Amino acid sequence: MSRTAWLAVVIAFALVAPFAIYPVFLMKLLCFALFACAFNLILGYGGLLSFGHAAFFGGASYITGHVLKEWGVPTEIGILIGTLAAGVLGMAVGVIAIRRAGIYFAMITLALAQMVYFIFIQARFTGGENGLQGIPRGHALGLFDLNDNYAMYYFVLAVFSLGFYMVYRAVHSPFGQILRAIRDNEPRAISLGYDVDKYKLQAFVLSAALAGLAGSTKAVVFQLASLTDAHWHMSGEVVLMTLLGGLGTIVGPAVGAGVVVALQNYLAAGPLGAWVPVVLGVIFVVCVLAFRKGIVGEIRDMVKKSF
Amino acid sequence: MKVLKSLALGASALAFSVGAAQAQFSGDAVKIGILTDMSATYSDVAGPGTVAAAEMAIADFGGKVGNAKIELKVADHQNKADIAANKAREWADVDGVDVFAELVTTSVALAVNEVAVQKNKISLITGSASSDITGKACTPNSVHYVYNTRAMAVGTGTAVVKEGGATWFFLTANYAFGENLERDVTKIVQAAGGKVLGSAKHPFPASDFSSFILQAQASGAKVIGLANAGADTTNAIKAAHEFGVVAAGQKVAGLLVFISDIHSLGLNVAKGLQLTTGFYWDRDEDSRAWSKRFFAKTGKMPTMVQAGTYSAVTHYLNAVKALGTDDTAKVMAKMKETPVNDFFAKGGIIRADGGMIHDMYLAEVKKPEESKGPWDYYKILRTIPAEEAYGSLSDSACPLLKK
Repeated sequence: MSRTAWLAVVIAFALVAPFAIYPVFLMKLLCFALFACAFNLILGYGGLLSFGHAAFFGGASYITGHVLKEWGVPTEIGILIGTLAAGVLGMAVGVIAIRRAGIYFAMITLALAQMVYFIFIQARFTGGENGLQGIPRGHALGLFDLNDNYAMYYFVLAVFSLGFYMVYRAVHSPFGQILRAIRDNEPRAISLGYDVDKYKLQAFVLSAALAGLAGSTKAVVFQLASLTDAHWHMSGEVVLMTLLGGLGTIVGPAVGAGVVVALQNYLAAGPLGAWVPVVLGVIFVVCVLAFRKGIVGEIRDMVKKSF
Repeated sequence: MKVLKSLALGASALAFSVGAAQAQFSGDAVKIGILTDMSATYSDVAGPGTVAAAEMAIADFGGKVGNAKIELKVADHQNKADIAANKAREWADVDGVDVFAELVTTSVALAVNEVAVQKNKISLITGSASSDITGKACTPNSVHYVYNTRAMAVGTGTAVVKEGGATWFFLTANYAFGENLERDVTKIVQAAGGKVLGSAKHPFPASDFSSFILQAQASGAKVIGLANAGADTTNAIKAAHEFGVVAAGQKVAGLLVFISDIHSLGLNVAKGLQLTTGFYWDRDEDSRAWSKRFFAKTGKMPTMVQAGTYSAVTHYLNAVKALGTDDTAKVMAKMKETPVNDFFAKGGIIRADGGMIHDMYLAEVKKPEESKGPWDYYKILRTIPAEEAYGSLSDSACPLLKK
């Protein structure tokens, strides 16, 4: 099948999915898929392992929650403010972090994210460890009541599609090409005259803002923002999703997010409830040992080999 | 497979909601959903023990109310509010669960309360501490059953001052919960004529309490108040033991301590600790009889949360049985007008703010030589009357009361 045909199938599936599968679960899946795609932009295409993306995800959800609940702004504006805030935070973290590479970059992002986490624990507006509760979902475009799960689902689907398209455009543009050049051979990119730091920072800010978009949307869906979203576990989870799905593939992170979220959701209800982290850990080990390119990466290679 | 299952679930939920208009029991069954921490920090306090307690309550009803089956659903919320809210929503939308129960961790309780109001379900909170649940975040659909931070603070605070513990030093977890607890207890201590000499803020979570305990020792206060919870409290108690705090004449007062904590610490470490509890298994005939049944099933004596879960579920089922319906508003009204009289509480009343107020107990942990065996841990020093522990309704910050 051609690419367009595939795309049509996926879109058709996404449109009818809420009638077969519980919509709130799908919305959670979409939020994490967007988060993972945003993360993949910086790790898969920029080659920078950020270990602090939870700060953008969680930060945006707090900001969105706060402005929706306390200021009573429309839902779209709330999400926009959250996204912008994550972008600004991404700029602040990025300026410091991109000066270093490899493990140092990871540690700096982790350290800064932990500082942000600490602020969220202490600050008054976040409700500390109790989190922000009862965030209103409001109306989309002032017309559709988002308290209805189906309306909310299509709204989230639209947000996801927008975010995903932005990632896709960024990757398949001259900007994305340069980013990959920097990832594969940074000295060469410098010698060709590219301002490497500028590109890295742009990619980092874009990634942070999109992670924020995902976090903001999640806050609206669940009507709460909690420390879970800003905790470093979340930074680890998104690395897992991205690696599992396929690093540096466009749909891989979304698939990885789907697998992880589905496991968490369905295992928690079953007899394996207490073993979710263990199961995820085993999957991660198997993934690293046996199929390093991730689910989508391996499938892509198989398809390439057989034709 | 999962997709198929959800399809089936979705279809059956649809079928149910169509039929529900006529039936007195939504979904032709009474469905109880226990959301608890099955694997992490609070799994000893709540966790599998609360599931066992709920199973016992359902078994005591013969698994049925009238013709309707009682079903129990259990999920591990991993102490994450978003997982809990998600699950509760799914239970309400897809499975037709009528009541959410247990809900340890305040963030979880607050999040699920929101879902309960939206979906018109009942939440029975037995595990969480915060007084906000019946205060500024109160809802008409929730019952806060076992204890709250105010009751714990009042119990331990006043009683300890009365017994001569006039000067206090706090070890406070450096986040909102710890600070609130410290502030509440400080007010109570001062009102009772005591003095607070100072406090040391420790990071959350902390494992090394040496320097904080040394500060507390140096302060010369008679009582060291632990304004923290869970592992922080047990670690602080261990450190206090290692530095010989109690042996040197200072007292340690835990503001949120459960019998499972004492069990894991051992009497030698925990001896002399004063605490407030909503339930102690070895209090009277009824509590002993029930707790022995619980012990036979689980191999542990119940914490107040686990005992409270049995009591809360039973109280709910009694209301459902008396009314012959599981309609949320009617059942809530019935639960509020019927006093709770069982092994857990005598003359407990569910107030308009959702608080189930009942007598609390000030306990001191026994010395090893006083204990007759495992689980013989507490000396009950005093019964704290419900009104004193929970405060009067006129002081409640609950917005529902100001109509």
